[in-house]
Amino acid sequence: MKVFKLIFKNALRHKLRTILTMLGIAVALLAFGLIRTVINAWYAGVEASAKNRLVTRSAVSLIQPLPLAYREQLLKVPGVQSVGFANWFGAYYGDPNNFFANFAVDEAYLEMYPEFVVPPEQKAVYLRERNACLVGRKLAERFGWKLDQTVTLTGTIFFGEWDFVIRGIYSGAQPSTDETAFLFHWDYLNERVRETNPGMADNVGWYMLLIDNQANPAVVSETVDAMFKNSFAETKTETERAFQQSFVSMSGAILAAMEAISVVVVFIVLLVLANTMAMTARERMAEYAVLKTLGFRPFHLIGLIGGESLAIALGGFALGLVLMIYVCNGFATFLTSNLGNFFPVFELKNITIILAFVSALLVGVFAAIFPAWRAVRMRIADGLHRVA
Amino acid sequence: MPNNIVEVKNVSKSYQRDSLKIPVLENIDLQVPEGEFLALMGPSGSGKSTLLNLIAGIDRPDNGTIMVANDEVTRLTESQLANWRSRHIGFVFQFYNLLPVLTAFENVELPLLLTPLSKNERRERVQIALNVVGLNDRMRHYPKQLSGGQQQRVAIARAIVADPTLIVADEPTGDLDKNSAVEVLSLLERLNREFNKTIIMVTHDQRAADKAHTVRHLDKGELV
Repeated sequence: MKVFKLIFKNALRHKLRTILTMLGIAVALLAFGLIRTVINAWYAGVEASAKNRLVTRSAVSLIQPLPLAYREQLLKVPGVQSVGFANWFGAYYGDPNNFFANFAVDEAYLEMYPEFVVPPEQKAVYLRERNACLVGRKLAERFGWKLDQTVTLTGTIFFGEWDFVIRGIYSGAQPSTDETAFLFHWDYLNERVRETNPGMADNVGWYMLLIDNQANPAVVSETVDAMFKNSFAETKTETERAFQQSFVSMSGAILAAMEAISVVVVFIVLLVLANTMAMTARERMAEYAVLKTLGFRPFHLIGLIGGESLAIALGGFALGLVLMIYVCNGFATFLTSNLGNFFPVFELKNITIILAFVSALLVGVFAAIFPAWRAVRMRIADGLHRVA
Repeated sequence: MPNNIVEVKNVSKSYQRDSLKIPVLENIDLQVPEGEFLALMGPSGSGKSTLLNLIAGIDRPDNGTIMVANDEVTRLTESQLANWRSRHIGFVFQFYNLLPVLTAFENVELPLLLTPLSKNERRERVQIALNVVGLNDRMRHYPKQLSGGQQQRVAIARAIVADPTLIVADEPTGDLDKNSAVEVLSLLERLNREFNKTIIMVTHDQRAADKAHTVRHLDKGELV
């Protein structure tokens, strides 16, 4: 107990230095936490992917549609439980800057996403009405939309004004679920396209296949793609995870750079604390010599120096954690309002907190190694001569 | 005839400065009987502090043997030495060397943290030690709240609290004014007289040396 008291008192001996060091660590860990959270947000779609969902899209490009007629053939593929389909709608609300993810989907598609939790009575109404839509909780909050409200979207691919009635507001089953999407009936889209642009009718953007748990995704994918080989619309089938990953890969260099920066940030924390501990130990060599004279052993000194270093590092972590929580929440609110389309899920994950904690712990240990080594190796007589 | 508590035989010590080997002590022989109050005097660089450090087990001779309280100090490992010092040696330094973040009580308690004594036993011992040096009323004070003389008395309390076999004092009055020096010397004299503590004191001060039973002079690394 006395040792802890001594460590605590030592850590607070130069209050300003300790506070500034803790602040330095806290700010660096905040940067680390923010960077990790941004990286996680980038991977949110990948993380939210299910293992038993496959995506079948045009082999040429995602923007090339596939015929609706493929649906019946896909249903016959061994291992495929159900087939849903969707179109990227690409509309905005009011201002072109009010961009968000909006899809035309069929009923089967919706059933494949149990993570979109819709109250049963709302879902029943949605399924009955052709111009009904489901919106994510965060999207509704962003625009102040209420249930049963009529909203008008302006199409950028399917031109014109499109009226929808909000019949359901879904929430995510997990924190990683995207709550910023806008879903409506594919039939509603197709009917109008058939009238205005018949050539684009009866086409879908991609198919979503729900496969049996026992089915091998690779085999099913190969079977599907082989089925449409040499057709006028060849397919490319892959797991939902790989599909989402392909979007993330487009930003691979940026993400790699961010990962590197997050490591550099931890290294900066190490330098900040190592500098403080080196100064501290240098100033206290005479005291360590006295302790050794009194019979204190090397492990006592290592405990004192390491304990002080850890106390400062973990103090900085605690401060950084508070900052991380507040800043990430603030960022999440800002992003949902302004850039929700890019980061539909922006949450401080437990793994980020654990990583920051482990980083602080390691920094605390590493920063103490050199000063402790010097204190242990110091000859008592030399240490005593350092007294002013 | 009392037993010798310290026996230094043929001890030499030199320091290496770059490529230069500087001899500090040469073939020193010294016996200190139990209950002795010995003053080591000599000019700066004569090796008196080095000899004190060797006897106290905080430095090692190049050759020769040192026996203290029947233990051959020169044969002990670093770890054994640390343990041995905590049981046998009480140190008093010129600049007191108290830990500034600890109170007088806590500073005196430090050596006892290495013993298996309970908290109550430690408290009792610390209070006795502080009582001996007349600072019971200052036990909650931090070093910066005490005068130089009081800090040195706290350091003496720290030196005696574990009831060591030998007290070594390196210029204990070197940083004190005249009155404080007298107080500290009287205290050391009392420890020797009333508690039969063996004391080896290094000093430049003739008045301090006058308090000792025996005065030995070192010059150029040799006892004269």
